[in-house]
Amino acid sequence: MTQQTTAPAEPQASAASGGAVTLTGISKTWGDFTAVQPLDLTIPEGSFFALLGASGCGKTTTLRMIAGLEEPTAGTVRIGDQDVTGLPPHKRPVNTVFQNYALFPHLDVYENVAFGLRRRGIKSVKKQVEDMLELVELGHLPRRKPHQLSGGQQQRVAVARALINRPQVLLLDEPLGALDLKLRRQMQLELKRIQTEVGITFVHVTHDQEEAMTMADTIAVMNAGRIEQLGAPADLYENPTSTFVANFLGQSNLIEAQVTGSSGDDLLLSVGDGRLTLPTARSAATAQIGDKVLAGVRPEKISIAHADDAATVPDGRNKITGRIIDASFIGVSTQYVVNSPWCPEFAVFAQNVERDTRLTPGTEVVLHWNPAHTFGLDATQDIEAGEVSA
Amino acid sequence: MAAISTAPAGAPTETPPVPPGRAARRRKLVPYWLLLPGILWLLVFFVAPMVYQASTSVQTGSLETGYQVTWHLATYWDAFKEYDLFYLRSLIYAGIATVLCLAIGYPLAYTIAFKAGRWRNVLLVMVIAPFFTSFLIRTLAWKTILADDGIVVSVLDKLHILNATAAIGLTSSDRVLATPLAVVCGLTYNFLPFMILPLYTSLERIDPRLHEAAGDLYARPFTTFRKVTFPISLPGVVAGTLLTFIPASGDYINAELLGSPSEQMIGNVIQSKFLTVLDYPTAAALSFMLMAVILVIVSVYIRKAGTEELV
Repeated sequence: MTQQTTAPAEPQASAASGGAVTLTGISKTWGDFTAVQPLDLTIPEGSFFALLGASGCGKTTTLRMIAGLEEPTAGTVRIGDQDVTGLPPHKRPVNTVFQNYALFPHLDVYENVAFGLRRRGIKSVKKQVEDMLELVELGHLPRRKPHQLSGGQQQRVAVARALINRPQVLLLDEPLGALDLKLRRQMQLELKRIQTEVGITFVHVTHDQEEAMTMADTIAVMNAGRIEQLGAPADLYENPTSTFVANFLGQSNLIEAQVTGSSGDDLLLSVGDGRLTLPTARSAATAQIGDKVLAGVRPEKISIAHADDAATVPDGRNKITGRIIDASFIGVSTQYVVNSPWCPEFAVFAQNVERDTRLTPGTEVVLHWNPAHTFGLDATQDIEAGEVSA
Repeated sequence: MAAISTAPAGAPTETPPVPPGRAARRRKLVPYWLLLPGILWLLVFFVAPMVYQASTSVQTGSLETGYQVTWHLATYWDAFKEYDLFYLRSLIYAGIATVLCLAIGYPLAYTIAFKAGRWRNVLLVMVIAPFFTSFLIRTLAWKTILADDGIVVSVLDKLHILNATAAIGLTSSDRVLATPLAVVCGLTYNFLPFMILPLYTSLERIDPRLHEAAGDLYARPFTTFRKVTFPISLPGVVAGTLLTFIPASGDYINAELLGSPSEQMIGNVIQSKFLTVLDYPTAAALSFMLMAVILVIVSVYIRKAGTEELV
């Protein structure tokens, strides 16, 4: 697991080479509106980096500032060792895969892909174009016009058109947004394969957290023009440091609890008349005794037991009682919504290994989980931040 | 027609069987009903006059004795021999006016489409505004603008531009009025909106992201224009030049009001044959020949513009 959870404030120019992208104090404002708060970010060379966030969070603006399509209000952009802040797009060693692809409608697939090479005065493009079309599996369609291609094929042309220039960094602006779900899954793996094959730094903007987690080595979760958290997908998922990340990346159950003491490496919490245990190391909030914290747990970490079987729940587990208000069977698992006096709409995903047929809506249940799976967040935040309905 | 109504019973059916009944039959007729007004319009206002003029052009006779269809095709040849210079002049004037319209209209349409922001609609209205006044009045106004003692002529004279235009035969003796330049100016002015509007429509449809994509792929701004914007706007260029060139080559008002007898275009000849001399066969023959010449030029042009070489 990458331990990179905070962006270095003072980037080392000597460490940055080739396709590393270094943003220093970069921000963008339009009049009163701040699209991107001053941010520092280093994207290591050769990584698949995702900027993840809801629409309007500043992720696309950040990408466009790297591409040179948007001028930063303040700060600098470096690619490798070169300061490119003042350079127009056509002088930067980056290429972009645009949202909706922006293929040239009057040129065929071959000429679209050859466009960048021709603009740089390269005469014999045939071999390179053919190799590139082969890489994206479009070698058989060089003479089609963009409007004669399916969405997935257009997407491949857009990738080929950008990659053929061997940019130091490839920027992808919601490249899969226009595709249907199945094709999107397929293209995610495809893009990942291409990135591994060519080894170029990919910076990928998306609002789809599953897409980001599938493809990226490192994800920066953005919210309101700020990077909320940065890290490897599993790291972000297991150790969110804010309610926004906890809710935006997957689903979280957050319980407002009070710190009553500590025992060894754990904090002891009380919720109503119940008790929870939270590993001190997993608490993003530095809570003193008497402070409030948000104790979080992911739905799939929780076991569900009928209230009659409460005695069988082993000691030392975090326990919460409640009543099932909804149960939906979705094949591999059953998703329960449980109303508990301390946390309305507690979500539980139970694998369908041995289904307890008594667990129907209205049933009183005990929810329990290994305390090690509990994480702690600062209670001063909006508990519902980052909850998405999509 | 026949293929629809009389498919032999034994033949393999290519179309799926239509459910019998009046409703289905009526549904099939709907497209024809929708076409009917247009077809009637074309019959009454296009086909009928064409047939009538075609017959007029091969008649002989006089107003007193009446005209008879005698298939006198020599009218065409005689008219052409007599007025070939007028055809040439019309095409040259219309051609120059079209090129000028494109040179003035393209930057304007480009600005309105990409750079005007919230002024876009205001500018578009200003392009169309001249249509609120009659064609005749606007052309008459140019008489004042280009008057011998007017400011335009004196400025052009001071800048020695009139000497230059006189040298290439566009003007003569320190005048603009009653010269080819005046007629071309009038044509350019009057047909400019017909150039700008199609250009604007085709430019406005271009996704600005294509410009960004071209820039991202190492094209400098001018290369982006040459390799992306202009080729994509080509349908607008073709439409605009046709909408300018065709009416301009048949126009007679500009030559009448702004020119002298030596700037007369073929439209003036046709007009006077029809309305003054009352020589209907020659007038009709001249009209048909003008149409033929334009059709040939336009079809060559469209074929040329449709190929990649022009891109």
